Amino acid sequence: MREIHDIHGGIHPPERKSLSRPGELRDAPLPARLVLPLRQHLGTPAKAIVNVGDTVLGGQVLAQAQGVVSVPVHAPTSGTISAIEPRPIAHASGLEDTCIILETDGADHWVRCEGIPAWQSVAPSLLVERIREAGIAGMGGAGFPTAVKLNPGATKPIETLIINGTECEPYITADDTLMQCQADALVEGALILAYVVGAEQIVIGIEDNKPAAIARVTEAVHRASADIEVTSFPTKYPSGGEKQFIEILTGQQVPSGGIPADIGLVCVNPGTAVAAKQAIIDGKPLTHRTVTLTGEALGKPGNVTACIGTPISHLLGDAALSAEARQRIIHGGPMMGFAVSDLDAPITKITNCLLAPTARELPPPSPAKPCIRCGHCAEVCPASLLPQQLYWYSRAKDHEQLSEHRLLDCIECGACAYVCPSQIPLVQYYRAAKGQMRESEQEKRRSDNSRERFEARQTRLEEEALAKEAKRAARKAAAQEGVDPIQAAIERAQARKSEQGGTP
Amino acid sequence: MSLLRVTSPHVSGQHQVSAVMRDVLLATLPGIIILTWFFGPGPLVNILLGALVALITEYAVTALRGQSPRIAVSDLSVLVTSTLLCIALPPYAPWWLIVLGVVIAVLLGKHVFGGLGYNPFNPAMVGYVVLLISFPVQMSSWATPRGLAEVPGVLDTLRHLFLPDTIDGVTAATPLDLLRQNTGLLFKDLLTSRPELTGWGGVGWFEVNLAFLAGGAWLLYRRIFTWHAPVAMLAALGLCALIGYDGGSSESGGSALFHLFSGATMFAAFFIITDPVSSAVSNKGRLIFGALIGLLIYLIRTLGNYPDAVAFAVLILNFCAPFIDHYTQPAVYGTRSKDE
Repeated sequence: MREIHDIHGGIHPPERKSLSRPGELRDAPLPARLVLPLRQHLGTPAKAIVNVGDTVLGGQVLAQAQGVVSVPVHAPTSGTISAIEPRPIAHASGLEDTCIILETDGADHWVRCEGIPAWQSVAPSLLVERIREAGIAGMGGAGFPTAVKLNPGATKPIETLIINGTECEPYITADDTLMQCQADALVEGALILAYVVGAEQIVIGIEDNKPAAIARVTEAVHRASADIEVTSFPTKYPSGGEKQFIEILTGQQVPSGGIPADIGLVCVNPGTAVAAKQAIIDGKPLTHRTVTLTGEALGKPGNVTACIGTPISHLLGDAALSAEARQRIIHGGPMMGFAVSDLDAPITKITNCLLAPTARELPPPSPAKPCIRCGHCAEVCPASLLPQQLYWYSRAKDHEQLSEHRLLDCIECGACAYVCPSQIPLVQYYRAAKGQMRESEQEKRRSDNSRERFEARQTRLEEEALAKEAKRAARKAAAQEGVDPIQAAIERAQARKSEQGGTP
Repeated sequence: MSLLRVTSPHVSGQHQVSAVMRDVLLATLPGIIILTWFFGPGPLVNILLGALVALITEYAVTALRGQSPRIAVSDLSVLVTSTLLCIALPPYAPWWLIVLGVVIAVLLGKHVFGGLGYNPFNPAMVGYVVLLISFPVQMSSWATPRGLAEVPGVLDTLRHLFLPDTIDGVTAATPLDLLRQNTGLLFKDLLTSRPELTGWGGVGWFEVNLAFLAGGAWLLYRRIFTWHAPVAMLAALGLCALIGYDGGSSESGGSALFHLFSGATMFAAFFIITDPVSSAVSNKGRLIFGALIGLLIYLIRTLGNYPDAVAFAVLILNFCAPFIDHYTQPAVYGTRSKDE
């Protein structure tokens, strides 16, 4: 049995997981219209390769990846492209982004999908390419292109693949449900990913508040007689943060500013592993995902398999939302999710939960009081930061102190704000400060650039002036030596003439 | 339907500043009860008068500063300041001393720096030190404990409070005073030379310290603060006393037990140096903060002019807290070296 390590800090918010009945999965009804953003992942947006009016099949590529850190977008079902234009997307700042609008025809005709059942006999690089073509981006929430993660470079050998089945956010049960309902696919996906990265060891870590998922996955591992370790550990928020999860399982810390591959690890979400299995074995691109619909404002909470691009309003309507006057709809969980500003926005590859709480369930925040530096925030910070100091420096916009106190190592888990007796929205301060730091960093780079250009120009002008000066001085010196330049020129001309005269 | 837009986290624990302050106030009760038992109603009357003055001052100042007086008063922080100050004041102090002390603590200790959370110094100790330096006579007249003299009744107490010059005779030197004034007696003989010095920390003082220790232990259990600063302070003070005991000679600095259970030791360890606003922030920083306070308390008690060492030690370390913080930043995730 693996030794389980503890992480610094952490909290135990009410879990409320049973509300969405983990383990039961139904299909969400197909909406009349799908909205597919070109950027559902971290990196460069995909580029649309279809035109308005085109008829497309399910599984067809609608937009191609652009560059390395990018993934394509596929049609989740058949239909007609009605528009390619900016639409509201699920974004913390309520932004719009270019989306492909697909009017579904209900027939669900698909392109022919060809898998590689004998994947062990294929080169890993080919499988990575398949995963990239299938449009897979980390499904735990960050949306980092999986193919990039699987290619850490030859200098970083991978020993262990770990599957992060923690799902420590309250309310969310999408991974739990997926692990229960698709345990075999998860195991197969894990084997494929381990083969791709060359990992000798596979560990699936699941928090101990999901006994059913642990049992299903363990059974699946036995069925496949695979060499996979299933391990559970005590429930605590935020054990599911990638860095925290790695420390829990291995006792090692990912170096600040580094990636798990630096210590020989690749860590993926169960949803990503299942998607990899579907891409390789079934040849199917990522077009659907499991979403938890929960909260007391929903009459029919539960987990659904939904087409990516389904409008949030459609899913909530299907889950019988009885909205309040000032309804809060949260994309993600209550700790790290953001409030949606437009219900027409679609779900994307990273949407694991839509939470519709009543005001009684998650009351609006009370006004913030002064910080009394009680230090509870420092006790619960999983990154061992000093949130109370970061708060002061954020307010003072003291970027030097902020980077000295390592603001950039903050994972924005919200544990500090959860325990704050003064109800200070600490994470908001940190996000704003991080943004300002990035901005001033860019500003500094820009001004450095122009200073360098200016200095280069100055040196060039000076050099030119010096060269001119040197020439003038040389001429002057020559004149003083007594050589008459005019006489010299006449002599040169005569010499040329006599040369020409000699050759008729 | 309009959508409510707020940032994460959307859920919050049920922690409140007022609950923290309420717990601190509750934890002072055992100490106040024992003080009242040994020294009569004086401490209690002081605390009540102080609370009244504190509430009025806080209300007026926050109103003047354009803040919400109701919110400011309802967080109970000003009551903690006044209660801690009044516990430290002599039991039969004149009314104006109380009023002045509380007003100074709230105004000079807290509001001139920006109010709750902004004070670099412990407000109660600011009030105490200003009084101590300005009115040494009134500040050093402590009461005689029960068993050695008649403890005054409520009427006598009120007369002391409002007509301070009409009555005389209940004041006495504290055990710490007696130790400092000792010349020539072995420590053992000193303890038997005066009835006030029986017991481990002097009559009444041992029990008072025990009561504050109990209150502090409850606060620790409630996780209002961490153990680091109090334990470091008590350990440093005890260690210094052991070193300075000098075999109990006439030059002795007093025994460790005497130092731990006399004067304001336990009160300081659990109620004064644990003020989060003016102390160091990290656990390591709090260890250093507490230990240095313990050291200073011992040095001031044995070598200084005032036996009231706690207030000075705390204020001096309040100065140092930002400096300590600078050098005791905890190692952030991912920054520790590989061989650790």
